Amino acid sequence: MSTTDVELLKTASRNEKAAPEILQFQAQLVKRAREQIQLMEDTMEEFEQSGMDPLTVSLYQMDLDRAQFLLRSYLRIRLQKLLCIDDIEKHLEETVLSKLPDNYQSARRQSIISEEDDMVPEPQLDTFVACKSSNTFVSLRLVDSERPLEMERHDASFVLYKVIKENIGVDIDLV
Amino acid sequence: MAGQSDPHISLFSPEEIEFMAEDELVEIVPNMRMDPLNFISGDFGPFFPQIPANVPLWLAMALKKRGKCTIRPPQWMSIENLTHVLEGEREDQGAFQAVPFHYIEISRLLFDHARDDIPDIYMVRSLIEDIRDVRLHKVETNLEKFSATSAVKIAHLSAMEVNVVRPFVVRALQAFYKHDNPVVMSDSDSVTDRQPQTRQPQVPRNAQRQPLKRR
Repeated sequence: MSTTDVELLKTASRNEKAAPEILQFQAQLVKRAREQIQLMEDTMEEFEQSGMDPLTVSLYQMDLDRAQFLLRSYLRIRLQKLLCIDDIEKHLEETVLSKLPDNYQSARRQSIISEEDDMVPEPQLDTFVACKSSNTFVSLRLVDSERPLEMERHDASFVLYKVIKENIGVDIDLV
Repeated sequence: MAGQSDPHISLFSPEEIEFMAEDELVEIVPNMRMDPLNFISGDFGPFFPQIPANVPLWLAMALKKRGKCTIRPPQWMSIENLTHVLEGEREDQGAFQAVPFHYIEISRLLFDHARDDIPDIYMVRSLIEDIRDVRLHKVETNLEKFSATSAVKIAHLSAMEVNVVRPFVVRALQAFYKHDNPVVMSDSDSVTDRQPQTRQPQVPRNAQRQPLKRR
């Protein structure tokens, strides 16, 4: 049984919410979800006009509402993460940076001679997250020289985010 | 990062967890006929009177509410099985019994919306509450046994339980991790060692800072 886009959206929302940094944008998924939702919205009008019984119409509406909620959740969480960075920058600009000499006004770099964004605070990546394997079995290499962590489907694991970062959306989901 | 600052609040609200649980399949027995439903979330039906069908919980409740079906409580919710699980939980203090990931949410939704479909509901409810209590207590007790480690695996922990214990487990793991890795955390050591409960300040840790010229 293939995974529906609604399930994928649910997983994407959950991963995004539980991750300490912003994850890769699921552009294709969002595009498809938008299209399906739009299609269903158009179809709903036809349903109502065709005299479909109210019960069935209301059930379709519920399904539509749930899909919309998931899509919005996903986008909202990402927006919150992005705004957080944005807010910090704006605040710095207004309070301090504008008053510094010209070469030091960037929020992201100490001065114009900096080679990279050396003032951007890194999100707390050294944090622990709860996760489950999305396949039957996953073997994780841990940071120290301990033996690998083996996760079965029913296992909930609390792991250092760094360790499973690359696995998110592949064989591990955050819960 | 937004939403990550206070580790003491549960990451997911009970409503959010319930929403996620509502996609779990449950068996209904319709009392009417209905054409297939081609939802965005999947295809269900067609439905025939007295012929059991599997549908997501949210759909089951919507149909039940309108008197269109009865809901069959899942196998695992039988008194016999729940008693067996409770006994297992009590006997084995080091491990959890296998329960559905959303057992708490599913049972609560069924209690609220389909009580007449659950035989001996008081007994069932009482058993589930006991199971919840024993399990929660077990996590709390075992938390203290963490040694320095970078991962904790708990077999058969449920969704609600993960959400509830998350703040405690994360805090315990972080405390041990910091203790074990003073070099990695050198930039923020002096600040974070104060109290583990306070919010972690975000400190620039990039190593390649240009030293500012003396004037």
